[in-house]
Amino acid sequence: MEKYDRSDRYLKPLDDGQHEIALATKDLHVSYGEKEAIHGVSLDFERFKITALIGASGSGKSTYLRSLNRMNDNISGTKVTGQIMYRGLDVNSNQIDVYEMRKHIGMVFQQPNPFAKSIYDNITFAPKRHGERRKQVLDEMVETTLKQAGLWEQVKDDLKQSALALSGGQQQRLCIARAIAMKPDILLLDEPASVLDPISTATLEDTLLELKENYTIIIVTHNMQQAARVSDYTAFFHLGDALEYDETRKIFTRPKIKATEDYVSGHFG
Amino acid sequence: MNPRKWDKVATTVLYMISVFIIAVLAFLLLYILISGLPHVTWHFITGRSSSFAAGGGIGIQLFNSLYLLILSMLISIPLSLGAGIYLSEYAPKNWLTDLIRNMIEILSSLPSVVVGLFGFLVFSINMKLGFSILSGALALTVFNLPLLTRKVEDSLQSVHYTQREAGYALGLSRWETVIHVVVPSALPGILTGMILGAGRVFGEAAALIYTAGQSSPPLDFTNWNPTYIASPLNPLRSAETLAVHIWKINSEGIIPDASAVSAGASAILILFVLLFNFAARYFGNKLYRHLTGARERG
Repeated sequence: MEKYDRSDRYLKPLDDGQHEIALATKDLHVSYGEKEAIHGVSLDFERFKITALIGASGSGKSTYLRSLNRMNDNISGTKVTGQIMYRGLDVNSNQIDVYEMRKHIGMVFQQPNPFAKSIYDNITFAPKRHGERRKQVLDEMVETTLKQAGLWEQVKDDLKQSALALSGGQQQRLCIARAIAMKPDILLLDEPASVLDPISTATLEDTLLELKENYTIIIVTHNMQQAARVSDYTAFFHLGDALEYDETRKIFTRPKIKATEDYVSGHFG
Repeated sequence: MNPRKWDKVATTVLYMISVFIIAVLAFLLLYILISGLPHVTWHFITGRSSSFAAGGGIGIQLFNSLYLLILSMLISIPLSLGAGIYLSEYAPKNWLTDLIRNMIEILSSLPSVVVGLFGFLVFSINMKLGFSILSGALALTVFNLPLLTRKVEDSLQSVHYTQREAGYALGLSRWETVIHVVVPSALPGILTGMILGAGRVFGEAAALIYTAGQSSPPLDFTNWNPTYIASPLNPLRSAETLAVHIWKINSEGIIPDASAVSAGASAILILFVLLFNFAARYFGNKLYRHLTGARERG
């Protein structure tokens, strides 16, 4: 792989007062044991926009995403330093109630991971645990979230069937419905379409564009066409650094950095 | 020889080994059932055993076996669940937990007669429980606990890590995720392990000879108050189980129909163990299908 000058970078700042920032990281470092995987990344994410994180395998984009709602806490030996600012609070501090925070910053994973429960219970399980008992509210929640995730029409006749009987694409959309049932502010998606067929992927992208109305979305993707189709902003990750961050159309038409240009034109990755 | 021929040879050899094992098992089963079942009557299953005359039954022994089984499962299921959940979900990976796992392995391979003598010393003598159902249940717990714990841990470990992440990402704590997500997913495996463990306990004799004892006091089946000395439910009375009864009449029985009683009792014992095994398969599969919805997809 070609060596790029890591000091050569362009990160568009969004904290100029004209953009509403939903989430921002400042000098975020992530290390597993001795090895540092993310070398100080500072990015601002605008509210109600879709931001794509792209980069080759091992570029650290997933690691970065998973640290935003502190999913890396569960992996022993992981250390995260720097700030993750959300509503004026540093998510990465010890005072934060991680469980409460994750209700606001939801996540959908690479592998669809519905619970071994019915479709209905998959969606209502966590809200119930958090204290919602009213049946009418739960019923409405199931219908709204399944509609938003584009799954309602296919499953509305049998909400009691096991979620594991659904196809992979349907399972992933159920996972999105489950995540938005928590009414989060921010939705993190870690390569949500990587195991889906092209048709399911297209449906999923439509879903994301609709969700953008109400949610701030950050999505990691391997698929550059996907990033170009759905996102407003794109961050290019390379070997644990964010080298370029800009509006998506600029990244894909006139990138300012050589590494970005090589990546989006398919020279490596 | 070429690879294809080698493959054929290996297949044939493996096939013959399997047939041999199945034949041995089938022979044993059929032998016990054919020689035992003709002696089995309703009177035999429910009647009292006799000490000298012919025509005794195994009713009390059968009741003792079931009661002892329930009691020991009541003790060992919560313990094994707790230990298995700790080892799988909470225990840090270090030398101490590795040591615990090794001890469990060693414990699970202890000969049952050693467990019986251990139970005799600790429960019957030191704890002054004497020959009692309680001593027997505790000895059976020692005998069964390592395997159950291992089974619970393995079943929980087989639940994919992404299931736990799904719980965490929804703002659930580790405890909530374990209890409401991981354990239900692992339930088919746990249930199978429990039922198979029950079968093992049901057929156990050596661990009980010195703990639950080799005889039962005269029982009054009209009084079910567990504190009453002749009550069938009294946990502090001695109790001869079916497996112990078979051992006893074969080694020191003086009833004229000893071999018939022994054969009949063996057939009943085998039937129950088979029942446990089929129940384990049936309920395990049913639960798995219920959870995964495999039924809908055929």
